[in-house]
Amino acid sequence: MPTSRPSLTGTRIRARRNLRGMRQADLARAVGVSPSYLNLIEHNRRKVGATLLASLAEALGVSVDALTDDVDGKLVAGARAAAQRSEARAQELERIEEFTGRFPGWAGVLAETQARVERLERVVEQLNDRMTHDPYMGEALHEIISAVTSVQSTASILSESGAIEPEWQARFHHNILQDSTRLADGAVALVNYLDSEKIEETGLAAPQEEVEAWLERHGFHLPDIEGGAPDARAMVRGQAELASEASRLLAQQWIARFAADAAALPMAPLMQALTREGLAPEVLASAFGVPFDQVLRRLALLPAPALAQAGLPPMGLVICDLSGTLLFRRPVEGFALPRFGGACPLWPLYQALITPYRPIRRALVTAGQAGRRVMAYAYASHPAPPGLDAPMIVQSTMLIAADAVPGPYSPQPVGASCRTCAQAACPARREPSILSSVGDGLA
Amino acid sequence: MGKRVLVIEDEPNISEALRFILTRNGWMVEVNADGHAALDKLAVDPPDLLILDLMLPDIHGFEILRRLRAGTRTSDLPVLMLTAKGQSADRAQAERLGVTRFMTKPFANADVLAAVHEMAGT
Repeated sequence: MPTSRPSLTGTRIRARRNLRGMRQADLARAVGVSPSYLNLIEHNRRKVGATLLASLAEALGVSVDALTDDVDGKLVAGARAAAQRSEARAQELERIEEFTGRFPGWAGVLAETQARVERLERVVEQLNDRMTHDPYMGEALHEIISAVTSVQSTASILSESGAIEPEWQARFHHNILQDSTRLADGAVALVNYLDSEKIEETGLAAPQEEVEAWLERHGFHLPDIEGGAPDARAMVRGQAELASEASRLLAQQWIARFAADAAALPMAPLMQALTREGLAPEVLASAFGVPFDQVLRRLALLPAPALAQAGLPPMGLVICDLSGTLLFRRPVEGFALPRFGGACPLWPLYQALITPYRPIRRALVTAGQAGRRVMAYAYASHPAPPGLDAPMIVQSTMLIAADAVPGPYSPQPVGASCRTCAQAACPARREPSILSSVGDGLA
Repeated sequence: MGKRVLVIEDEPNISEALRFILTRNGWMVEVNADGHAALDKLAVDPPDLLILDLMLPDIHGFEILRRLRAGTRTSDLPVLMLTAKGQSADRAQAERLGVTRFMTKPFANADVLAAVHEMAGT
């Protein structure tokens, strides 16, 4: 997407004038310029000063904002995103700014529709991810269907089979009672699980989700970990999101890890280095003498205002183990993270597993959601020293810096998971996408 | 003597219902909840027909089907797959592996009987 574009104020002035049915000469007279000069303005060949712009806005009965570029920036972006999805012809894409200038109302409808499509796609991703990979949901549904099958088949025997020996009859009555109880219990458990309010109360969410919900409430920053050993047990006590013992234990482990990160990269010197160096994890790792993945974790859990003050973008984080299972997720706007495993194998997160201890930097562009560009940094390492006879334990960490792709990088297209990825002809595709118009072919 | 059917199903109440309706229908029914044990049995003494659950605790139904089709004595064994997983992808996978019939749970008893008769040619 271009970083600058020609002013289209003139186009908008012309569009507004036409909407009002004014002649060019009449508007020129109303604002005290010649018709030929207004003509040059309307064709974007002359810039408009603030005073003249205010006069034009008044004469046209609109606000100054309605005639300037800023108000339409989102319209252009939205319309462009919609056009790119529909594979509009290149020459029409070139005229998109003219379109938004001349038909701001229609462009608004298009941008709004595009935004709605993106919102719905995110919902589809989340629901699909839940249905596909949520082990509790799959197990609960299987349990319910099995109980229903048994009840239906047994009840059918009792009602249709005529005379049945008393022994069989008693056994089938017992089975129906057993399965109907199982069915009722399963249904209640599933309803509780699907009721998000009850997830916290009943502890039916996965421990990892509870920890993430807790961290999310704190903006993924825990002030208590700065400057000293925090009392992890006290920090997790009485926290509504941490409903289960498992999640409280997990939260304590993460607190210990994040506190170690904070001790290795103290806030004040880190912020100074970030302000000076920008987003350069490799420089920070070298300057502070710490592992690359420690820098990635630390950056992703800095408070948002501090990042903004240092001129850095919002950041997400994802950590997985050697099986690819996601252990930790800090979401960032524009880059969907699956709730459980089954993410995009093209993520540098997984590529790093092939080459542990080698930092990776990749520009990425997301498929299907207006091509959001992010910069990803990944690094895999052993969380603990490997033993001689013990299996190798490896964890990979990926930092996702939103909208931080400088010009020269050619981004790698990636998705969230195959089912919801719109990337056609992907060599790593595991299954067809449920989104329309995606290539059918599996690699 | 009636034809023999083996039911591999880990839900005891479902297998009991299947045993009852098939027995009443003239079949000699054997039930096994353990997939590996059932495979051993199938290799030496295959029945006339197999009713196979997909989600078994010890081995996936697809793996059982794959091994059956690779076995000399079971490559043509009629297999009725009964599963709670009725997604089209599962059905397609079962067909690729050579299933004879694919039915989803919950099922109607009459449909199961009709299917086994058709598969056994009776």
